[in-house]
Amino acid sequence: MDEPIIKIRNLHTSYGKRKILKGIDLDVYPYETLVILGRSGCGKSTLLRHIVGLNQPDEGEIIVKGVNIVTASEDEKNEVLKKIGMLFQSGALFNSMTVGENVALPLLEHTPQDENIIKIMTRMKLGMVGLSGFEDFMPSQLSGGMKKRAALARAISMDPDILFCDEPSAGLDPIVAVGIDQLILNLQSAMRMTTVVVTHEMASVFIIADRICLLHEGEIKFLGTKEEMKQSNDPYVVQFLERRADEEHLDPDKYLHELVGEP
Amino acid sequence: MSKFQQTLGKSGQTLSLFFVHIYRMSVLVIQALYCIFVAPFRGKKLRWGATFVQMVRIGVESVPIVAVIAFSVGLIIAMQAAYQLKRFGAMIYVADLVSVTMCRELGPLITAIIISGRSGSAIAAEIGTMKVSEEIDALKTMALNPVGFLVAPRMVAMMIVVPCLTVLADFVGIGGGFVLAMTNLKLSFVAYFNQTAEALYAKDFITGLIKSFFFAIIIAQVGAYQGFNVQGGAEGVGKSTTTAVVVSIFLVIMADLLFTMLFFSTL
Repeated sequence: MDEPIIKIRNLHTSYGKRKILKGIDLDVYPYETLVILGRSGCGKSTLLRHIVGLNQPDEGEIIVKGVNIVTASEDEKNEVLKKIGMLFQSGALFNSMTVGENVALPLLEHTPQDENIIKIMTRMKLGMVGLSGFEDFMPSQLSGGMKKRAALARAISMDPDILFCDEPSAGLDPIVAVGIDQLILNLQSAMRMTTVVVTHEMASVFIIADRICLLHEGEIKFLGTKEEMKQSNDPYVVQFLERRADEEHLDPDKYLHELVGEP
Repeated sequence: MSKFQQTLGKSGQTLSLFFVHIYRMSVLVIQALYCIFVAPFRGKKLRWGATFVQMVRIGVESVPIVAVIAFSVGLIIAMQAAYQLKRFGAMIYVADLVSVTMCRELGPLITAIIISGRSGSAIAAEIGTMKVSEEIDALKTMALNPVGFLVAPRMVAMMIVVPCLTVLADFVGIGGGFVLAMTNLKLSFVAYFNQTAEALYAKDFITGLIKSFFFAIIIAQVGAYQGFNVQGGAEGVGKSTTTAVVVSIFLVIMADLLFTMLFFSTL
């Protein structure tokens, strides 16, 4: 197997006193699609934010393309970030700029290209996500699905080696969501990217994933292919696949103590 | 824990938070100054297009309000001065009072207060909204420095435009004095003009401009800092915007006091 493109070792992090990630070890290999799966609040978005250097962990190391993001200097980090695309949950398009300007921004800031070439490249990227002709629209004029597509066009504008997607289908109807999943797959094969997708949508997982990483309360519960996941008999994995709610444990004494406020 | 200990703990926390704010704000000021004065020589050029847009928004669009308020203040000082000077029959000294007060003090101060309310709040709201909608994070993942990208253009625009508006306020304010002198006080134009020209020294004008330059830095920095500090959603943006205006007016007046003390004893 190839050398991993992202290597995470012993990653610990917390918000205040609450531990979010408790010793994550994870490798992502070139050109695969890894889906990080888990219920809301399990730390999956936090993990993603750590990999792209938006948050600092308490301890551990994250090596992306050979650079330890945790200890790297600002310039080293920026060199890595230029080869990374990130699709945010809300899209995070710049609302004061047109769609075209949004897509062109990384190119304008980081490449010495002529403005006309950048214009052509912007149109190309928008064409790849099915938004040809929308470059003069403002983000507020687009629907939710189109915003996601535009954000995706911006994420791939620098031809990244790694694409990160935070809940790509969140807040979209199933048909549009499948469209976005399909688009991510197409882009990945067309541009030969490594893709890391965070989601809790089981439907998208089985469309896009090569490997699945299931997070539960800050720990990796399961890591493997789709087939391995289907055959797993870990109770939590089974519960997740069957979409079963947590069983409520009735404990009258504990409930009484909670009400009274005594430990 | 006793009540006394709790109170002590709370005030200690507030005090340490105050120092944290001061520390973080100084870091932001240094980063912004680096982006403006050092980074352009290391290949990261300032975004002049965005700076120009901000200059129009902060400067050009504030011209009417600054002019109207400065004119009124000029009139007010002239009337108050005339009221006092009438008793001594020294009406002509209205010219001295209006021109010197406008240039040394009120021109820069009124401009700074108007701009705090108009543009300091706008900076906080804009950056705050961008933070809430993950746009600041998006900038970071694109390897773009939010301070260089957002704060530097606004700060440069402020540093250029606020002294310009101050010059305008100075002249319009003096104009207000002129109007009163011509109409109500029945002074001759030439006498009033000569008196004004004689009363004003270059240093009066320049100390005002020095002040306004620093006021510009304060307003831009407080706005940006409050914007980056937004927590939560729309409510957080509103809170930070209000804080930005209050804090920047407070700091502007404190800075004004400091400068006036300095200029009063030395110049």
